[in-house]
Amino acid sequence: MQVALDNVPAVAQLPQQGGILRWIRTTNHKDIGTLYLFFSISMFLVGGLMALTIRAELFQPGMQIVRPEFFNQLTSMHGLIMIFLAIMPAFVGFANWQLPLMLGAPDMAFPRLNNLSFWLLPFATVLLVASFFAPGGATAAGWTLYAPLSVQMGPGMDMAIFAIHILGISSIIGGLNIIVTILNMRAPGMTMFKMPLFAWTWLVTAALLITIMPVLAGTVTMLLFDRHFGTHFFDAAGGGDPVLFQHLFWFFGHPEVYVLILPAFGIISAVIPTFSRKPLFGLRSMVAATVGIGIVACAVWAHHMFTVGMPVAAQLFFMYTTLLVAVPTGIKMFNWLATMWQGSLTFETPMLFAMGFLFVFTIGGLTGVILAIVPVDVQLHQTYYIVAHFHYTMVASSLFGLFAGTYYWLPKWTGHMYDEKLGQWHFWLTLSFFNLTFIPMFFLGLAGMPRRIPDYALQFTNLNALATVGAFGFGFTQLLFAYIVIKCIRGGERATAQVWEGAKGLEWTVPSPAPHHTFSTPPVVE
Amino acid sequence: MSGVARNRMLLAKLSLAALGMFGFGYLLAPLYDRLCGAERATQTAAKDATRPVTRVDLARTIAVQYDANVHGSLHWSFRPLQKTSQVHPGELVHIRYEMTNDSDQPMIGQAVPSYAPPAAAAYFHKIECFCFKSQALRPHETKSMPVVFLIDPAIPGDLPTITLSYTFFEVRPRKSA
Repeated sequence: MQVALDNVPAVAQLPQQGGILRWIRTTNHKDIGTLYLFFSISMFLVGGLMALTIRAELFQPGMQIVRPEFFNQLTSMHGLIMIFLAIMPAFVGFANWQLPLMLGAPDMAFPRLNNLSFWLLPFATVLLVASFFAPGGATAAGWTLYAPLSVQMGPGMDMAIFAIHILGISSIIGGLNIIVTILNMRAPGMTMFKMPLFAWTWLVTAALLITIMPVLAGTVTMLLFDRHFGTHFFDAAGGGDPVLFQHLFWFFGHPEVYVLILPAFGIISAVIPTFSRKPLFGLRSMVAATVGIGIVACAVWAHHMFTVGMPVAAQLFFMYTTLLVAVPTGIKMFNWLATMWQGSLTFETPMLFAMGFLFVFTIGGLTGVILAIVPVDVQLHQTYYIVAHFHYTMVASSLFGLFAGTYYWLPKWTGHMYDEKLGQWHFWLTLSFFNLTFIPMFFLGLAGMPRRIPDYALQFTNLNALATVGAFGFGFTQLLFAYIVIKCIRGGERATAQVWEGAKGLEWTVPSPAPHHTFSTPPVVE
Repeated sequence: MSGVARNRMLLAKLSLAALGMFGFGYLLAPLYDRLCGAERATQTAAKDATRPVTRVDLARTIAVQYDANVHGSLHWSFRPLQKTSQVHPGELVHIRYEMTNDSDQPMIGQAVPSYAPPAAAAYFHKIECFCFKSQALRPHETKSMPVVFLIDPAIPGDLPTITLSYTFFEVRPRKSA
């Protein structure tokens, strides 16, 4: 009976309850994955709108469009929204859709918790976005919420703190669910080293999430107590120490950036072998590198705060551990290139984005190595060089990974091929405009332009104007992406079960679109 | 164990780990005070107060020279009432400085000490000093103020002469906006 169901078109299997209730009550991993992805892209556009307002203000020196206080709110909220509401939910969406399909599981381990972890997000979003309308506006202390400024801000800050609490709970529940799914729900015969690297990267990511999100929750709780309940964790006037906040925050914050990039590594490790028509080179070293990055990630945090005045021994320690990250990352880069080496390459949109990922991630990674060097970092701290660096790692690399994954699995999700020509346009426009936006920022940073400032000295005008043109091009290109996805959902050439000639793995054994319930009888892996 | 029970067991363990990390976040606060706070304390004043000095080292004599300066806008005369003292390490020394407000307005000054050679600062323990607080003088008022100090017997032998110098800076009352 179950086997017969698998062959019925997906639409026929939809639960009887229609409309919005279906989505609120759903415990199906595919539905929740879809919810996560739609939520993520809408927040991506909201965060992008804030970025464009920032860039519009910076198009010319002087104050044109927004007031400085509002500018600071925009930079802070842009960061919070993009990290917590766009990139993280997007990767969780991929995990929801793909992990059960890739591991041969019927669903996630805890479907109801899965539903909860998604439906917490809209509440956090409302709190965060509504804080713009609180007296004094949204938090303007940067996404890092540094004390003492964050101790002093208006009620918008409290709303951000509660939003972070909710997001933290959502992430922790999601992480727990993913670990249990990966460890306990694999199909018979799917040993740890037979499972795709995407599952491995998510295993490490989820482990990082349950390690660091509670620390962030604790940190913002201490902040809340400093603000309202008379404690002085961070308030120097009462014997606290603002530097403690930075340590606590970056203990979360640095592993967090690996949370944002590791799943992208997993996606790239699925896409490149498919379009090279070769198995992934060095799976075991890839796994070791992923676990290695996860471990080292927890011992590098103070490189974000080399200028607070710490002992030389501590600076050296954090400098060396940071440089150490380049080793496992280099192994990964080598393995991806070795996978492509002498492969039968074709360049469909997912492959283009994967190769674009290699390019931009190399720039992001190498500038990270430069910033790890203490004396260089002291010069470049709080300049646009940093802004360029982390946008290369997070926008370009994480986002390119997400785009590659979306184009790669979209035919499996919708049952239709996307418009290849438009996809290629989307890639080339995204790549060009992205570099046009962020390469000038490296030079602005080297020339000394500070970040988080709404106005700047005249000599920075030309490069800023270029960056703004690039940012608007980049932003509007993403509307093309939304159009491509919607077009693909509504119709197009029918996709086969395997979709891509070189695709291997359990998810390609189920029909396209993937039926509402898959692997109710576990597949047997050779 | 059935699949569901196994999942619940693992979930419980992982939740405990998450809860543990929440606690660890709080643990970092006292840990930070212990590691970084302790170091800061040794760098500043705390060292002076902690170790009592009871022994007077009569075998050694150190020449202490006194110096006085006035900075910029403060129209004060300021001088030590003695040029030098011969001091045994561990011995309590009383000296006086005299300051006069030469202007027609009441003024507030704050004295900042410095030591030459700077290495001597760590062994110079002041028990009483006019530099502990800012000093207010009425127009043309003269005050004589004490300094009571002792030199730590642990002072190395290569510091036979120490210069104690004070500079008075004007303290302006903060203007209200």
